[in-house]
Amino acid sequence: MGWMALADQVAEIEQEFIVTNQLGFHARVAAQIVKTASRFRSDIWLIKDETTVNGKSILDVLSLQCPKGATVKVLTRGEDAEDALKAVAELFQNKFGES
Amino acid sequence: MDPRSRTLKGFGVSPGIAIGKAFLVDARHIPIPFYTLSTDEQVARECARFEEAVTEVERDLETIKQSIHPDLKEQVHILEAHQLILRDRLLYDQTLDLIRRERLNALWALKRSLNKITEIFQSMEDEYVRNRVTDVSSVGERIMNRLAGRKANAFDEIRERVIIVAQDISPADAAQIQLEKTLGFITDMGGRTSHTSIMAGALGIPAIVGAEQATRTIRTGDLLILDGSSGTVVVNPTEEQIGDYYELQDALETYLKEISRKAHLPACTLDGHKINVEANIELLEEVVAAKDHGAEAVGLYRTEFSYMNRRLPPTEEDLYNEYRELAELMAPLPVTMRTLDLGAEKMGRWHPGIEQQNPALGLRAIRLCLHHVDLFKVQLRAILRASAATRNIRLMFPLISGVGELQRSKAILEEVKSELRREGRDFDDKMSVGVMIEVPSAVAVADMLAEEADFFSIGTNDLIQYTLAIDRVNEHVAHLFDPLHPAVLRLIRQVVSTAHKAGIPVTVCGEMAGEPLYVPMLLGLELDSLSMNPQAIPRVKNLLRRAQLSDCRRFVAEALTMRTAAEIREALQDMVLRVFPEEFKFFDPEALQPKYRSSEPYV
Repeated sequence: MGWMALADQVAEIEQEFIVTNQLGFHARVAAQIVKTASRFRSDIWLIKDETTVNGKSILDVLSLQCPKGATVKVLTRGEDAEDALKAVAELFQNKFGES
Repeated sequence: MDPRSRTLKGFGVSPGIAIGKAFLVDARHIPIPFYTLSTDEQVARECARFEEAVTEVERDLETIKQSIHPDLKEQVHILEAHQLILRDRLLYDQTLDLIRRERLNALWALKRSLNKITEIFQSMEDEYVRNRVTDVSSVGERIMNRLAGRKANAFDEIRERVIIVAQDISPADAAQIQLEKTLGFITDMGGRTSHTSIMAGALGIPAIVGAEQATRTIRTGDLLILDGSSGTVVVNPTEEQIGDYYELQDALETYLKEISRKAHLPACTLDGHKINVEANIELLEEVVAAKDHGAEAVGLYRTEFSYMNRRLPPTEEDLYNEYRELAELMAPLPVTMRTLDLGAEKMGRWHPGIEQQNPALGLRAIRLCLHHVDLFKVQLRAILRASAATRNIRLMFPLISGVGELQRSKAILEEVKSELRREGRDFDDKMSVGVMIEVPSAVAVADMLAEEADFFSIGTNDLIQYTLAIDRVNEHVAHLFDPLHPAVLRLIRQVVSTAHKAGIPVTVCGEMAGEPLYVPMLLGLELDSLSMNPQAIPRVKNLLRRAQLSDCRRFVAEALTMRTAAEIREALQDMVLRVFPEEFKFFDPEALQPKYRSSEPYV
């Protein structure tokens, strides 16, 4: 395996999202993020202001203060980083299933 | 009178009246033994015991999830969150780690982990996040109960219909409660966004939260009256009180049903005067709530949301798509778009925030837009383009302080229109353009503004702030923020009569419009429409229908001769008591107090 392939494997990508559902990151939303994140092998981090939390820990996610309107950066790192980010992006786009 | 009779106050979060016996949920603390483990064998056994307890709780939660009441479907997600918390590293791994490394017994180790998690959450400013501590402690308590060998379901003992009194009710608890036996809920803890509130609201069961002394004052078997509208609990009431509340219960149920049934009908006063009742919204999704509650227009669409917390300002396409969807969702009913009402300090990352010592008097709203014309033009283009298909958009400029600003804003609007024409893009050329009246100087020159505007919309929040020089967020002066100050009423009166002379309509879109008890005042001041948060619409419409315009006009004429807000308030209370006696019967007359009392607990 060449170094290029290796570099591909540890892909690290990030994207910013705005929390648009009424109540922000509450328990149900956090649960969805964690459940989705846990499906992937990549590390998934949520970053807001100076705080970085593990996207696979519900208490971590809940501890990130994300009211409606907050901007959250999602960073995924690992072999399936792209799919992981896509899956998390979908949650944000669907407003976590809230109207 | 029963010497044990007493009254408690909390936050009424689900209206309705319940009368019945109390059932106090066992809130005994589980004693935590403090001892360390001496052998590796003991450590292994204690770890296994903890793992087993967690597995059992996991199973319990799964069982609860399967058997959940269909109206509580939303709670399934919360139970799922609880299952995740159960296995979260901060709780699960950390507890096992404490047992192994520090040789603590399982209960002690768990307690330590819980305390640490609670600390993290307690340090947060956000009320909603702070409330999540209850999720963690509810999960923790379940494991503790298992470790201590206690029964999993405290509600099994309920044999008759009761009012449940608890420190707090977790969603898992809620799922175990037999709802057919539940008359109401009272909890010590919680605010308006706690699970208990949301759940009780969804089920339509009367509930009071944050009644701090409840579990200490109330014993199982005490007779209770729970008034979920006013947040009052009467413990061991007199026969007379019971009789009164039974009557009230009956009447309130009929009343609330009738109000929401009629929310879709227009609001005409007894003497045939129609007032438009409109909604203030800031998100596209809120259109549904606005329509459901009977809004006849969007009286105020706050456009700031798309601009906040962004790296770059929104593009014309972003805004166009948002506005067009909004217009389509509401069509044929009108949508009033307020152009960007942002302070320079809140412009987000795409523009370095300007430090302003006094933002309320600084570069904000229309001033900011006239300062950043490019930004303003993008929004105006998006609004104009969105108006093409449905032709139901109205435009209004915030914080106009004089004719010059209005002329400048309208000139930019015309420039944008010519640009669009040149590009061959369609828009509603007859779109009405209104002015928000929020600055006292705008009132002074209202006649001149009226010549160049299609409508006025009074933003009472800012108008009161600027007129009385009160920052209502400042706790030292907040109590002086009073919509009934004679100066405020005079200004509103002046705006309305000037506008009507010029033949243009006036709306009030501040919070004052959504307070049902101000209805006679605003009606008598001859406002053409009231715009408010969607939830307030059914009650306001109902009151409008029960009022008589001529009566309110007389009342206002008299109120305007009074010298103090206190005097006016008293007269208004009398008036409301006379015209809408049912409102005083069901809802707290305290609501007529200035809203921002410094003593008011914020939940």
